[in-house]
Amino acid sequence: MQELMKNRAIELLSAGEVDRVVGWKKGEFAYDCTPAIFTDANDLRDNFVYDDFTAPNLSKYLVAECKKGGKMAVFLKPCDTYSFNQLQKEHRIKRELIHVIGIECNGKADVDKIKARGVDGITGITSEGANFVVETIYGNETMPKYEVMAERCLTCKSKKHMVYDELIGETGDVNPDCGRFDMVAKLEAMTPDERFAFWRGELSRCIRCNACRNVCPACTCEQCVFDNPNSGIQQKVAVTSFEENMFHIIRAYHVAGRCTDCGECSRVCPQSIPLHLLNRKFIKDMNELYGEYQAGEDTTSRAPLTNYNMDDCEPSIVHERGGKA
Amino acid sequence: MKKIALSKLNDFFAAIAAEEKLYLPVDGEKGTDYKLWSEGVTYSRALNTNRSAKDFFFPQTENIVDFKREGKTIEVIDTRTEAEDFVVFGVRACDARSFGILDKVFLADPVDSFYASRRAHGTIVTMACTRPAETCFCGAFGIDMTAPEGDISCWIAEDALWLSANTEKGEALLNKVASLTEEGDTAAVDAQKAAVKEIAKKLPLQNLPTDAFKGDVLLEKFNSAKWPELSKACLGCGTCTFVCPTCQCYDVFDFDTGHGVKRARCWDSCMYSDFTKMAHGNSRNSQVERFRQRFMHKLVYFPMNNGGEFGCVGCGRCLSKCPINMNIVKVMKSLGGDAE
Repeated sequence: MQELMKNRAIELLSAGEVDRVVGWKKGEFAYDCTPAIFTDANDLRDNFVYDDFTAPNLSKYLVAECKKGGKMAVFLKPCDTYSFNQLQKEHRIKRELIHVIGIECNGKADVDKIKARGVDGITGITSEGANFVVETIYGNETMPKYEVMAERCLTCKSKKHMVYDELIGETGDVNPDCGRFDMVAKLEAMTPDERFAFWRGELSRCIRCNACRNVCPACTCEQCVFDNPNSGIQQKVAVTSFEENMFHIIRAYHVAGRCTDCGECSRVCPQSIPLHLLNRKFIKDMNELYGEYQAGEDTTSRAPLTNYNMDDCEPSIVHERGGKA
Repeated sequence: MKKIALSKLNDFFAAIAAEEKLYLPVDGEKGTDYKLWSEGVTYSRALNTNRSAKDFFFPQTENIVDFKREGKTIEVIDTRTEAEDFVVFGVRACDARSFGILDKVFLADPVDSFYASRRAHGTIVTMACTRPAETCFCGAFGIDMTAPEGDISCWIAEDALWLSANTEKGEALLNKVASLTEEGDTAAVDAQKAAVKEIAKKLPLQNLPTDAFKGDVLLEKFNSAKWPELSKACLGCGTCTFVCPTCQCYDVFDFDTGHGVKRARCWDSCMYSDFTKMAHGNSRNSQVERFRQRFMHKLVYFPMNNGGEFGCVGCGRCLSKCPINMNIVKVMKSLGGDAE
């Protein structure tokens, strides 16, 4: 895959069909990469990477890149294509400037899961069929890939690309039985007090670094209200720890109906807070109240919360579901 | 050197906790963090904690003073909470060095009395590393992971905890637990030091060169053409600054409580868009400038003002936590010239 992608990128750049390529650059270790804007074929040849660890969703970088004009190519995994469509729907990117190369993805590994097995001093990782062989200064460890796969990939909703101009590798199918709402259902089954305790426990670890917001393809405001000194609710410091928790709840509301469930928020959280569960709760609710809807599936449909149908649920639904309204 | 059998470790913790609050690394579901010790809490020997030990002396949010208005009078309410003695056990060599760096900022004139008070009340007990990771680069800054600083340095070797006091405060703490300790020779510790030093040689970043940042390099580094490329993918989040044991910038906020003012200070991040925003505007309006500020501060400005000491201790947290894996090591390699 990597060589095919690299060669195609070099070809597009050399032929002048695009003047830059949005991809991933090799990192310091065997498991890290950095999103990169390549403008030089030699740079691509030496540094481009696509492997089991190239997890970052590149679609949000297109918002800034489109403002610069010129044509660009971007590599999108199936889940990233949902974000791309949603950004197009919201007029945040210019479709005509972008050549989308859909790429096959079989799920990405989470190095934190590798390290959580007590594997330190990693000097190399090789993929051998269904296993990783992790070389460390303390010896080699072999482990099944699925055991260290990122949480979001274990419940992958779709291997199908929603958009592409060309494809490298295969496009797959949507998987309605991925089980991505299982944990939400567990939380729903809790008593309100248990659920409150669960979220207070998780959110109490928040250090308010804003990584979840800044990486989120649905968070593309020019300036977030929480960063704006003139908004009256600038929130670099919270008065109470509960206010800190509310940030995440407010953000989940703001992206409701627009969140494609790409899972970047939970991937980047330095405190390992399962933020995607908040978004999934909203998605599950909307599916149940307004009919199945997947943000980013297309670029034209109206989202449930910005649409009106005669058979939409009534506000009293909150009571009917046992809420305290 | 003193020693305590590992089987008596719990008694040791209990003896300290009977005198003052004791915090130590504890494994949780999501990694390791400092927790208050109480009976039943198990000390974690994990390499390092998610958050650094600077939190004990420079907390993320701190209520510094309240003002209460009644009629035409304003009452000033002291909200200080940092007056209790406490012990932090299990601090690694990298974090231990960070206190020296923070001291140079907060204990220099004008002294930050909140920080100074916590430093005066806190006793730091450090733990030598035995299983360093690939992200460790303390060696680049002359830190010896086998001989951590602190009021007391500890080693866990063979079946004992070995303790060596470095300061009066450390001596005082050891005296309090004297009934539990016995004298021991240094053979086991020396053997461990030698073995870990051999392990450290195999780590990829222990000898990361720093020479390129020594001497009169301010303008050369500041004007480097590499900053735009290095910072291009930066999300502008505050992860690197908030997990960093040496980042020390803060902001002060006043909250209107309706009948007064609550004044708080909180960590600030040079990565944020309103950092250094003043009445005239902002001196750094792009992410390139903000990104450059962070690394110039650690590698050039801080050493220039502090006798050549770098503002980084090589703990490696930013290496593992940055959402896009851009970090000080990559910056040093790129600006140092060896990535050419």
